[in-house]
Amino acid sequence: MEGWGGFAIMVAIGLGFGVVSVILSFFLGPRHPTPEKEAPYECGMPPVGDARERQSVKYYLIAMIFLLFDIEVAFLGPWAMALRDLGWPGLVQILVFFMILAVAFIYVWRKGVLDWGPESDPDYVRPNKVGPAVVKRYSYGTRD
Amino acid sequence: MGLETDLPEIPVLTTTLEKIVTWSRRSAVWPVTFGLACCAIEMMAMASSRYDVARFGAEVFRGSPRQSDLMIIAGRLSRKMAPALRRIYDQMPEPKWVISMGACASCGGVFDNYAIVQGSDQVVPIDVYVPGCPPRPEAVIYGIVQLQKKIDATKLRA
Amino acid sequence: MDAQAIIDLLTPLVPGAVLSPCSGGADADATPAIWTSAADIVPVCFALRDTPGLEFHAFSNATAVDYHPRRTPRFDMVYHVVSPHRRARLRVKAQLGLDQPIASVTAVWAGAGWCEREIYDLFGIVFDGHADLRRLMMTEDWEGHPLRKDYPVQVRKDAQTYMPLQVTAEEFRANMERDRYSRTRAK
Repeated sequence: MEGWGGFAIMVAIGLGFGVVSVILSFFLGPRHPTPEKEAPYECGMPPVGDARERQSVKYYLIAMIFLLFDIEVAFLGPWAMALRDLGWPGLVQILVFFMILAVAFIYVWRKGVLDWGPESDPDYVRPNKVGPAVVKRYSYGTRD
Repeated sequence: MGLETDLPEIPVLTTTLEKIVTWSRRSAVWPVTFGLACCAIEMMAMASSRYDVARFGAEVFRGSPRQSDLMIIAGRLSRKMAPALRRIYDQMPEPKWVISMGACASCGGVFDNYAIVQGSDQVVPIDVYVPGCPPRPEAVIYGIVQLQKKIDATKLRA
Repeated sequence: MDAQAIIDLLTPLVPGAVLSPCSGGADADATPAIWTSAADIVPVCFALRDTPGLEFHAFSNATAVDYHPRRTPRFDMVYHVVSPHRRARLRVKAQLGLDQPIASVTAVWAGAGWCEREIYDLFGIVFDGHADLRRLMMTEDWEGHPLRKDYPVQVRKDAQTYMPLQVTAEEFRANMERDRYSRTRAK
């Protein structure tokens, strides 16, 4: 328990520095808002259109799937540390846990959540087919 | 600007407070990257290891004007760029300063024609002019030091 | 291939075209040059690109020269084209008068688009058939064409510092349409 005193002081200094800086600049900082100052930053150009564009739901799905499998990996960590004490029953238990999540993984795979390529993207604009290049290979030295 | 300008005149306290505020403002003047032309190369050289402007407080060149104090106009300001320069200057929060680096930013330089604004002080108010074509990195550092002296001399109350 | 050989190859392919070799130029040993007329420029360029012996697939540059008041067709249009696999370059030149439009070669090489926009901006030469002919270097509301010989060198004009705070997509498209060259627009 004696090491925690130093840790507490470090946390206090770190948090305190941040909080004091913010509070001090809140009181000491100038406040002159103008419409140009509040405008969205677009490298000096006037911004075109709205920022509220529709985003694809694929990102949300991937985030949720990542969260689930990340927690699964988090469970695997302590199990690996305690494997020696758990023994064979521990292996069977973790395999059952793993199989349940493997079923979930196969479901996600078959549903198409992991498909991000051009074939599965409805918004992908197929580029025009380019004909074969008209190129004749000449050896070095000829200029004709 | 802020609370310290509303304080009444207390003999020693306000001057000390003024000194502390101006010292903290001038010791960490972070520029926004506004390299337009050849002077930008000398500005990069100034920020690199040999002439190291980070010794003087300009630790990092912020990409966004909202996180910076100083705009170094490094290079030729063309007519098409002038509104963008004004907009970036407007988006910097107070307190903000501008250094005009090089002959083209200060007065149009060698280009007196249809394309170049004859001095970027037609667009933004400028604190320090650094002459040169391009000014050596030491010259720009001297300009930043002069700006720091100017910041030291600011009074908190108008 | 020198200029005369290229002209001999092109003449049967572009009937009615007036082609002649052009001499001079600092790089005359590496870059042959041919004169053509402004009316024939697009068939000549198609022939340059598609003929098996010529195959100038790569568009390098387009520019214009103003000879006012020395010479009466005051502009010279100059196109530089390259055949990368044959390691050959070619310069195609055409004479143009004031207010005379020329066909755009963007149908032949898409890369000529911005070069022609620049020439329209700085010289005032109008390109027929260009999809998006508006100013490139100067601001959209600029009057005059700066690189003409009768344009003043020093221009004293206040710099524009105002831009709208927010532009909707429709306004943006409308601004682009307004800036696009329109033959029926009053000068």
